[in-house]
Amino acid sequence: MDWDPLLLSLEAALIATLVAGVVGVTLGALLARPRMPGRHLLDALIAAPMVMPPTVLGYYVLVTVGRKSAIGGLYRDLFGSDLTFTFHAVVLAASIGALPMIAKAARTAFEGVDPTLPRAARTLGAGRVRAFFTVTLPLAAPGVIGGLMLGFARGLGDFGVTLMVAGDIPGETQSAPLAIYDHVQAKREHAAAMSSLVLTIGAVVILYAVNRLTRDRHREDEARWH
Amino acid sequence: MALTVDVVVERPDFRFAIATSFAPGITCVLGPSGAGKSTLLGAISGLLRPTRGRVALGDEVWVDTARGLHVAIEARHAAYLFQSLALFPHLSALHNVAYAVPRTVPRAERHARAQALLAKLGVGHLAHRRPRTYSGGEAQRVALARALAMTPRVMLLDEPFSALDRERKRPLIALVRALATELAIPTIAVTHSLGEARALADRVIRMDHGQVVADGAPAELLARAGHDDDLVDAAG
Repeated sequence: MDWDPLLLSLEAALIATLVAGVVGVTLGALLARPRMPGRHLLDALIAAPMVMPPTVLGYYVLVTVGRKSAIGGLYRDLFGSDLTFTFHAVVLAASIGALPMIAKAARTAFEGVDPTLPRAARTLGAGRVRAFFTVTLPLAAPGVIGGLMLGFARGLGDFGVTLMVAGDIPGETQSAPLAIYDHVQAKREHAAAMSSLVLTIGAVVILYAVNRLTRDRHREDEARWH
Repeated sequence: MALTVDVVVERPDFRFAIATSFAPGITCVLGPSGAGKSTLLGAISGLLRPTRGRVALGDEVWVDTARGLHVAIEARHAAYLFQSLALFPHLSALHNVAYAVPRTVPRAERHARAQALLAKLGVGHLAHRRPRTYSGGEAQRVALARALAMTPRVMLLDEPFSALDRERKRPLIALVRALATELAIPTIAVTHSLGEARALADRVIRMDHGQVVADGAPAELLARAGHDDDLVDAAG
């Protein structure tokens, strides 16, 4: 079995989870604020990639970061090459897949934190930042970590956007889902089956872990005395 | 040092206005739901921004809407005992209390102070346990220890004993009275309960629909209020 596409997917998904994690958790925290202006529109924009056809999304990304775009030009100035059809494009595609999952889960997790608790922290002498990092974030952690894991799984399995912006270059941009597609086209059934099995096991393990995390959180909530 | 509050809070469906001064000692604020009791605590603590007015502790101005002044919540040192107590569920009693000790104090000393306060309030044995394992009375004591850890300049108690039965309430009321005497700071306790007000207060303010409707010594005011139907003394 060729492990390269799988390792490439793992590396891309890990980096994407970090990038989308920072952005998604921040967005989730903002969206959980009831008074944030335009939060429903922002929420819809963040969630849109979940329901859009991957080719449409890929097209938008291609237009946004392609060689003729401002972002594409900036990238070329910084790195000396185009962003499209590179490993960075694989990371970008995985990040776009992961972001809505992480932001949605983070929002739900932050909304689940009793708002009295960060207020209490403020009255006890903590500034906004300290109250967030010592009270709100730790209490939202199980849901946030669950979202990061789902985002990782989503990034690992991205196909459409990766194909549109990164192509299918073996050893450079060919992720595990693209390799499976190639195996099927070339009738390499054993290789397709093995790669699919590995991805499936990975997905099930991640979902099981997410369920455990969120179930433990519910149990803890129920056990609280107030 | 007296706390002066002269504020107006205007909302589409609610208007709150108060102009009074709180001397050191316990003032109980009585009134039905929606009377504006929690609005008062919010305006003092900084959790709520009044539409206009002024809040000052002695010469130190916390709020002056005319000058656009609004001192940050964390800079006021106004201990707020929430009705739910708001103990941090992910922290032990020791860490809950140490959280309120200023960060300028070294960590070991923060913990030593927290442990001493827990012991003083009779819950030293809970130091390493998290809030979900406490009884109602124990949780109240840990929350009080946490409020004291910040060296408060004002104490705000929002229905502090509402979750307790009569037997557990009595020693806690005595404890709060002793602490208020020891601290000698303005202490404002919001309550529905005439019994609590009677046992706690040096002064009673009665509010209704966002306005002060009576203000005076407990004996005189509570004798009158005792006949009102909208004040329910369920457990006092």
